[in-house]
Amino acid sequence: MYAFSYQRPRSLAEAAAALQAEDAKLLGGGQTLLPTLKQRLARPSDLIDLGAIPELKGIREAGGGLEIGAFTRHAEVAHSDLVHRVIPALASLAEGIGDRQVRNMGTLGGSIANADPSADYPAAVVALKGTVLTDRREIAGDEFFTGMFETALEPGEIVRAVRFAAPDKAAYAKFRNPASRYAIVGVFVARFGAEVRVAVTGAGGSVFRAGAFETALAADFRAEALNGLSVGTDGLNADLHASAEYRAHLVTVMAKRAVEAAG
Amino acid sequence: MANPNGIGAPVRRREDQRFLTGRGSYTDDFKRPNMTHAVHVRSPYAHALVKGIDAAEALAAPGVVAVLTGADMEADKVGSLPCGWQIHSKDGSPMKEPGHFPLARGRVRYVGDAVAVVIAETREQARDAAELVVVEYEELPAVASSTRAVEGAAALVHDDAPGNVCYDWHLGDKAAVDAAFAQAAHVARIDLVNNRLVPNAMEPRAALGEYDAATGDYTLTTTSQNPHVIRLLMGAFVLGIPEHKLRVVAPDVGGGFGSKIFHYGEEAVVTWAARRIGRPVKWTADRSESFLTDAHGRDHVSHAEMAMDKDGHFLGLRVSTLANLGAYLSTFAPSIPTYLYATLLAGQYKTPAIYAEVKAVFTNTAPVDAYRGAGRPEACYLIERLVDVAAGVAGLDRTEIRRRNFVPAEAMPYQTPVALQYDTGDFAKNLEIALPLVDYDGFQARKAASRAKGKLRGIGFATYIEACGIAPSNVAGALGARAGLYECAEVRFHPTGSVTVFTGSHSHGQGHETTFAQLVAERFGIPIENVEIVHGDTAKIPFGMGTYGSRSLAVGGSALVKAMDKVERKARKIAAHMLEAAESDIEVKDGRFTVAGTDKGLGIGDIALQAYVPHNFPLDELEPGLDEQAFYDPKNFTYPNGCHVCEVEIDPETGVTEVVAFAAVDDFGRVINPLIVEGQVHGGLVQGIGQALFENCVYDESGQLLTGSYMDYCMPRADDVPSFTVRYHEDQPCTHNPLGVKGCGEAGTIGASAAVMNAVVDALAAYGVTHMDMPATPEKVWRVIQAATPAMAAE
Repeated sequence: MYAFSYQRPRSLAEAAAALQAEDAKLLGGGQTLLPTLKQRLARPSDLIDLGAIPELKGIREAGGGLEIGAFTRHAEVAHSDLVHRVIPALASLAEGIGDRQVRNMGTLGGSIANADPSADYPAAVVALKGTVLTDRREIAGDEFFTGMFETALEPGEIVRAVRFAAPDKAAYAKFRNPASRYAIVGVFVARFGAEVRVAVTGAGGSVFRAGAFETALAADFRAEALNGLSVGTDGLNADLHASAEYRAHLVTVMAKRAVEAAG
Repeated sequence: MANPNGIGAPVRRREDQRFLTGRGSYTDDFKRPNMTHAVHVRSPYAHALVKGIDAAEALAAPGVVAVLTGADMEADKVGSLPCGWQIHSKDGSPMKEPGHFPLARGRVRYVGDAVAVVIAETREQARDAAELVVVEYEELPAVASSTRAVEGAAALVHDDAPGNVCYDWHLGDKAAVDAAFAQAAHVARIDLVNNRLVPNAMEPRAALGEYDAATGDYTLTTTSQNPHVIRLLMGAFVLGIPEHKLRVVAPDVGGGFGSKIFHYGEEAVVTWAARRIGRPVKWTADRSESFLTDAHGRDHVSHAEMAMDKDGHFLGLRVSTLANLGAYLSTFAPSIPTYLYATLLAGQYKTPAIYAEVKAVFTNTAPVDAYRGAGRPEACYLIERLVDVAAGVAGLDRTEIRRRNFVPAEAMPYQTPVALQYDTGDFAKNLEIALPLVDYDGFQARKAASRAKGKLRGIGFATYIEACGIAPSNVAGALGARAGLYECAEVRFHPTGSVTVFTGSHSHGQGHETTFAQLVAERFGIPIENVEIVHGDTAKIPFGMGTYGSRSLAVGGSALVKAMDKVERKARKIAAHMLEAAESDIEVKDGRFTVAGTDKGLGIGDIALQAYVPHNFPLDELEPGLDEQAFYDPKNFTYPNGCHVCEVEIDPETGVTEVVAFAAVDDFGRVINPLIVEGQVHGGLVQGIGQALFENCVYDESGQLLTGSYMDYCMPRADDVPSFTVRYHEDQPCTHNPLGVKGCGEAGTIGASAAVMNAVVDALAAYGVTHMDMPATPEKVWRVIQAATPAMAAE
């Protein structure tokens, strides 16, 4: 990696100030950023390690749902009794991210701020009516992910926490890339009373909602309700591991499996 | 009483203590005073002219000591990396053998081809400066696949290799095969690809070059499976350094799988540069470099046909293979698709006539050479896929067609139509042991149970035989090897009875420090703790051909036995002298030398002490010391063989294949350490399953490597494989080496891919599938199901 200055601020305000440096980058768990640096694909002037900021940590109940600090590691979410009680599907999603080493380092804030199209958390943020809390404002989960590796965050804005609504039923089903184990397709299905949300990650450039699936499941929350439905191939990713056509097929299969798992 | 750490004991690997506690000594761990670090500037193009190299900015960068290029090497008269094996084409002409320089001279031929080397005080400084070297390229059209390479309009990788052909070779009796097909009742045909693989040893390649200006001595520490071979090739052909001035050390090496057999350019670069700059130079590959520049494996495209009589007896086999050798000839590349492949095409079957043609071509890709199994997995895969197709054509159960065509045990030794003579093997027995292990009789019930839950189930068989214990030097020489392939061992008893063994075999994961010590403990009745195994250093070991081709125990172990025989003969003389008996009256058992018919005797420890404290030796007849050396050249290859059975379950909704059961029955001859043998089988099976389901090296049309990291190159993981059922039997020992051993290092890899794919195709048979190329990825499986489903629905 190229040389950079390392900073470890103790508060959000200090972090925001440090972020004013030219080409400064925030460091969460480093599960994407550090490999990128090692391959010399990025050359930040400063790395601002968010690991010592108390405001970014912790999982608490809020508004009937959960508020999870941005610097909460995947393993903490996966093993939290509170998350298991309030939104077990979220714990299960976190338990399925990467491998043990990734889960022990990677953070919620790092994952959503990076907005990798094949990351898992974006599906939860969108399906669970998430709200992204930053050091400046609140951003609705539906508005947060704007494209491949792109978010609604402004330059210098720092994710503080994410608030998730507690669904009546929910589940996440993922088809993993056999090599990288990222999601080729991940579908998060959540039911809130008469409303059903279906968020799809991995398949497209950014997480998206499958409207036709939501309508069908709102009427009949059973896997069979999705028979014959497809998100179509427009805008879907295609690579060595999966064509757009296969991804579209997997979206339906994973959506059905999520519905079955949600019970 | 048997030695608790002797032959047949499942002794835990002694070396694992240091490996598992981080105390191994790998090449990159070595630090020398004043050491510098090398980073290579590599071509981003698959094929280009190098019009100029401007190193001015790099030379001015912090910490930079030197920037060296192919022109500097040429000025110093550095030679081309030699090829160790020469093949002749059908017409008798020698293979094309283009220059292969450690740093390119005017033209690059694959992405990763080294153009320059930057040497700096630290590795990061060298990396920074490497980015500042400005290379002016003129891109040329590239050819990245073997099938494209032989098309008329294809770009030429080497101007002196027309049609990109290195050689066009054949083996067998074409007329006899044509006659067999003329009278065939059935013919089975298959077209298949043996997919290209990246070796992925856990430890990346590394090399540390040193030069002592006071003595003129060079030392190369390197990640090699055969340091003496590197010393010979690099010293004699590349750098012109005589053996007595060049020491090559291969310390702990973290896996090789064949990829560390070969002499690579980086080894020559650091050794040469160390003298040029007067300081030690270390280079360690990063993982991206490993993907780009380690010699790859496999990459065959083949057509095969089997002629049968009406009862499914094989009459003749015809094979045509296109083999990709990459941009340059790696050290043993030409031998892999010829003498380690076509000679194995008889498999376990008594097919009376076989004819194979192999065209080997250059492409703008990394060199291709031996990778675990090396030619033999390609042969096994082709035969066993073809035999499954043949069973369908002949209307026979897949086990029955194999039984009907096995070479019977009583036919041993068996001369195949493709040059080899199998010494022992009971192939039918392997199959009969395997079938109950997987409850073959219960398969249909399991298949029905899978169907009931919407899954497809398949079972697949693969029988394999491999030619290991490489190799009888006279045979290898006749087939084109430019070296003999014997092995050397030295057994040195010390005065107080402990033993140091110096072996030319090289352990990079095989556990020689345990297995070889067991042989010594058993032979001399001494504790295994008193035996030290030394390998991997040309300054300590008389000579060695190294470790590959499952040869260490069969050849290196046999050399050790020969050296122990010599020690015993000498010890007997000493015992006779000390006991005042005739040498012919001395009896030897478990390291005790006794006078026949008496209770007078001496232990080997007493004798060793006397050997070094020879106060009253009859010096005309008896020299002091107890230190003997032997070379062993095998009389024949060894022939490990076995039967693998794989059961898979496929999810038709996603196309995901799960290996639900795998049984391997192997005949490795006599087994010295069953624990290590089982571990070798497990690792081999995972690699074979990896090729069948996961691993695939892909270049795009322009020669860019698309699978250059673990994000895209899928390695098998522990949770991808089932708990294996592994059995072996020892009642067919090798007949021509003193231990009766055959070798076990490659067997798992050789049989597994075919067994998995036969199971996948079986599971998909209902969809009309008769073949699928590896790897059977989820999308590929899903697509064949999708394609067939409308037709099935219409029925």
